[in-house]
Amino acid sequence: MRRLASLLPLLLLLITSPAFAQDTTLPQNAVPQEEVVLGLSQDQVSIGTDFDGSNILIFGAIKRETPIPEGPPIEVLITVAGPSVPVTVRRKERRFGIWVNTDSVVVDSAPSFYAVATSAPWSQAISDVEDLRQRVSIPRAIRSVGAPMTVQDSQSFTEAVIRIRMANGLYQMAENTVVVSQQTLFDTAIEMPANLTEGTYRARILLTRGGTVISQRETVIEVRKVGLERWLFNLSREQPLSYGLLSIAIAVAAGWGASAAFRMIRS
Amino acid sequence: MQVYLPIAEVSVNLFVLLGLGTIVGMLSGMFGVGGGFLITPLLFFLGIPPAVAVATGANQIVASSISAVLAHLKRKTVDLRMGMVLLVGGLFGSGFGVYIFNILRELGQVDLLVRLCYVLFLGVIGALMFVESLNALRNSRRGAPPKRRQHGWVHGLPFKVRFRASGLYISAIPPLIVGFAVGILAAIMGVGGGFIMVPAMIYLLGMPTKVVIGTSLFQIIFVTAFTTLLHATTSMTVDLVLALALIVGGVIGAQFGTVIGMRLKAEQLRILLAVLVLAVCAKIGLELLLHPSEIYSLSAGGI
Repeated sequence: MRRLASLLPLLLLLITSPAFAQDTTLPQNAVPQEEVVLGLSQDQVSIGTDFDGSNILIFGAIKRETPIPEGPPIEVLITVAGPSVPVTVRRKERRFGIWVNTDSVVVDSAPSFYAVATSAPWSQAISDVEDLRQRVSIPRAIRSVGAPMTVQDSQSFTEAVIRIRMANGLYQMAENTVVVSQQTLFDTAIEMPANLTEGTYRARILLTRGGTVISQRETVIEVRKVGLERWLFNLSREQPLSYGLLSIAIAVAAGWGASAAFRMIRS
Repeated sequence: MQVYLPIAEVSVNLFVLLGLGTIVGMLSGMFGVGGGFLITPLLFFLGIPPAVAVATGANQIVASSISAVLAHLKRKTVDLRMGMVLLVGGLFGSGFGVYIFNILRELGQVDLLVRLCYVLFLGVIGALMFVESLNALRNSRRGAPPKRRQHGWVHGLPFKVRFRASGLYISAIPPLIVGFAVGILAAIMGVGGGFIMVPAMIYLLGMPTKVVIGTSLFQIIFVTAFTTLLHATTSMTVDLVLALALIVGGVIGAQFGTVIGMRLKAEQLRILLAVLVLAVCAKIGLELLLHPSEIYSLSAGGI
């Protein structure tokens, strides 16, 4: 019901917008032919003490000044990417009978979170060339310049990043989850897991026809720690000494308080 | 109810943390150990990053040791002078331990080091305790006399100091070394080190059993507090929210544990503790030996 309610204003906007009422006899090749109008259920995710993941609804409409073109249907791809940071990937090997970290590869830039949702099966939604150009699929969103000479199969390290983060729900590939109705309205829900990190997340919407991107739009979602979480995190980074002393003070007070309290109960 | 840990950056069920704190607190009340050797590996199993588990474990031990030491101080079973000597060694050891910890963290080997330390120390201590308490149990049935204290090589060293509360006149060097070694362990394993300190004090220094636990706890407070501070300022891995949940659970559990502990015989208690120590050791050891389900691991940031 909430999904519908949030879609409604957009629908109204679309119907009443002058673009919709315009003369539709304009030449077919007027640029841009089809554009994205975008909405988010929330443009901010607050990580508080009770944060347990979040669900973001991304919806919008395709604005056009001409009739719906002939040919392959319009497809929508939606990506949400967390800030890209380097990641060190380590591989265990059996040494002296136990499993030890041996080789390591630094993946230069991998988004801390990456979700892709499409309105059609992958191969139908976007061509490989366009994927390469726009860096849409998960492996293409990760940038790895090169591994040290000692590591032969650096590809498997990048694959490990994808595999581990997919298992954690940090990377998601959801085909056929964007609902497109009347070739005009679309919406999808992106699940953001509880183990989210802070930063500016980028949401991207791409429109494709026949695998070719015809329009795209970007917006940001701010993911921030709030309240106590924010205060503690900042304190631990900016004033580590005070933070350490505070932790000790709390421990001392708790220990002393407990023994005093139980002495009172006993006597 | 999920709670998001600001430093560990994971979301954990609050009741699981409180329960964990309570169980460990109960054990520490029952056996007179800090419980760090249990809490740190259990936090690994919950998915807390090892570096955070170790640093936060140290903070939790400060709280549980303080409430125990206050009781010992009242009964005058703390050798303050011996405690101070151990403490000096302990502070240096702790600083050295945190230094090693941070080097290995950068190399990606901290996980291995922590696990190896656990397997080694828990295995040895658990086995010794198990055998010793089995013998004691058998002897107590037969009614054999307890062994007499011996004069060893420890008593031939220079810098002799009189420790009145312990009734000892020995060199300050062995306590300094014991303190130093335990300080290193405290920093690397996130434990108080009581399970090493107590046997060392009895068998190596020849201290009377009645002052051992109080004195060990006394110095553990300072060493773990110092370790917490060092971890907080160098690796920034102390999670206050996590520590608080564990402390609250631990403080309550400790009181129940003390009551249960008083109903059991000393030998039975020690066998139970030995079995527990060996079980944790086996669990960690198996993880090192068996083929891991995922041989790759990620850590944020480049080298």
